[in-house]
Amino acid sequence: MSTTTSAEQATGKQAAGGELLLETRGLQRYFPVTQGIIFQKQTGAVKAVDGVDLSIRAGETLGVVGESGCGKTTTGRLVTRLDEPTGGTISFMGSDITHLNRARMRPFRREIQMIFQDPFSSLNPRQTVGTIIGAPFDIQKVKSETGTKKAVQTLMERVGLNPEHYNRYPHEFSGGQRQRIGVARALALRPKLIVCDEPVSALDVSIQAQIVNLLEDLQEEFDLAYLFIAHDLSVIRHISDRVAVMYLGKVVETADRDELYNHARHPYTHALLSAVPEADPDAEERRERIRLTGDVPSPLNPPSGCRFRTRCWKAQEICAAEEPPLMQIGAPGHQAACHFPEERDVV
Amino acid sequence: MTESVTSAPPADTRAGKPFLEVKDLQVHFPTDDGLVKAVNGLNFTLERGKTLGIVGESGSGKSVSSLAIMGLHKGSKAKVSGEIWLDGAELVSMSVPEMRALRGQQVAMIFQDPLSAMHPFYRVGDQLTEAFLVHNNAPKAVAKKRAVELLDRVGIPSPDKRFFDYPHQFSGGMRQRAMIAMALMCDPALLIADEPTTALDVTVQAQILDLMKDLQKEFNSAIILITHDLGVVAKMTENVVVMYGGRVVESGNVRDIFYRPEMPYTWGLLGSIPRVNRSGDGRLKSIRGTPPSLINLPKGCPFQPRCDYQEHVEGANCATELPELLQIGQEQHRVRCHINSEQRKQLFTEQIKPSL
Repeated sequence: MSTTTSAEQATGKQAAGGELLLETRGLQRYFPVTQGIIFQKQTGAVKAVDGVDLSIRAGETLGVVGESGCGKTTTGRLVTRLDEPTGGTISFMGSDITHLNRARMRPFRREIQMIFQDPFSSLNPRQTVGTIIGAPFDIQKVKSETGTKKAVQTLMERVGLNPEHYNRYPHEFSGGQRQRIGVARALALRPKLIVCDEPVSALDVSIQAQIVNLLEDLQEEFDLAYLFIAHDLSVIRHISDRVAVMYLGKVVETADRDELYNHARHPYTHALLSAVPEADPDAEERRERIRLTGDVPSPLNPPSGCRFRTRCWKAQEICAAEEPPLMQIGAPGHQAACHFPEERDVV
Repeated sequence: MTESVTSAPPADTRAGKPFLEVKDLQVHFPTDDGLVKAVNGLNFTLERGKTLGIVGESGSGKSVSSLAIMGLHKGSKAKVSGEIWLDGAELVSMSVPEMRALRGQQVAMIFQDPLSAMHPFYRVGDQLTEAFLVHNNAPKAVAKKRAVELLDRVGIPSPDKRFFDYPHQFSGGMRQRAMIAMALMCDPALLIADEPTTALDVTVQAQILDLMKDLQKEFNSAIILITHDLGVVAKMTENVVVMYGGRVVESGNVRDIFYRPEMPYTWGLLGSIPRVNRSGDGRLKSIRGTPPSLINLPKGCPFQPRCDYQEHVEGANCATELPELLQIGQEQHRVRCHINSEQRKQLFTEQIKPSL
């Protein structure tokens, strides 16, 4: 789909520059839209993810940010292979895992885990915490030296839960504690990559900070890489090393964190950043604001050319005719997909 | 917008009194597990044309107090006491029919979740006109004209066609706009917005907040904005009330709260949010522990079990004595804390401010 540049690979983040863990090339997920009941015929496709290139190195955090419906969650589900890509490739530590079957995928599942958004529906209410956190050991037939129970209790302690609550059920815990259970479960098999899908958006601010701190501590301790999906730009700025901004199934801009927040080039990124209200009344009064009009177009029938053109104040004829490729611009590793990129101070 | 039906405020009769005054409001719910003390003594005032922000975590009593102002606890098991004065009328003791005459006309509410707040079986237009027809003895055509006008005003494209749509045909942002239009149908003098933008994306949130500001200027309405997003508070409000465990722990001018906060809970809130305009590489200053149960509220200061600054208290016991909500300085800045004011100021400038 989009032109793949090797720039991202060659100039990838140096600071957290471990080995390349995960790489997606032209990743696609089209959901078919059908008509008829018995003789179904496909009448269209929702292009949820349409050509996404991402790469994550060991120990780094890639933040994926965008409005609802931009395909960030679907991307996370494709990477963990909870959903089947309709195009493109996913490679994990050098092996192609795009279409591996269940059995052959299993060893990779140890390395890629997921933390879900909703701490209420992502835990089985009929199982005890011990069973939930111990499930990865059972499924992968991993024998812990100290026994599963001991291993689970160590994990519980590590994420800040009381190990004595081993036999309790999820409903006995608060939202923040449940999210800690989710973290412990993801951590059980010492994965290399954890996909965090909005892990803090359902939590109160003070609890949110606790979980963000926990995730950062664990990253340092176990050299984890995170694919951190969120719509909250402040959280993304805090936790990420690199950030990718998505719009209607495509990455429109990607760069190192500070480069993106300070020197964004894509108008959509400008609009997003300027829309975040800052917790500072004086700064709020001074800030320049970009008012976007309208809603995100339907991914069933995205606009021709640049997908952002229908809401963009810079749109010209070329934007409707030609889709801008993701091009290297500015600092190394900074790519933007726009015909008229420019720097603008918005935060 | 021409045929505005705002009841001329009979403010002359009670000159000097604020437009909305909440005095010692308490809301308690008897349940099988015990008495849930959701709101324990809430006090604030609000003038027309101003916005008050109520900030707090879930379970701090912010939504429950707004429902009390709307009179929506009437007929439920909830025990509401205290006084709510709105433009000369007392709402707590008011009967249900009286309250019904007021609701929608004088006071209107924007709910958090527009999908569940609208009825899925009725057309958006019918839902908009309902309150107008109840309160005004006007023909349907007038109500429709006004509804279409307002839908247009809140930025819904082709409002005359959209008037006949059902809520599910609207996107999330459009539904929220329709909710705002619905709330504005009778030009309410007081608008309560309970987390109006929490379910929305940032770009849509910015549109809705700008819209609310513009409409406030136009109609000179008072707004109570309930939210946990401190960014929204900074952008929208003049005065802020910080609630914790059903009590006000700090209140004052928005700049006092953001630049000169004195209550450890407010410090914690400000420290726990990541900022979009700078890269903090350090850890977030989270508040340890979890909010208290409203059935077993701590005897003393509600924040005591989570507070890290108790060693600075002299001559009082945080665990057993509830600190008063005391005014500091000349402004309406009030703080509920046992630490003396000088010490709090010093703590804030030395320990808290550098890390914000």
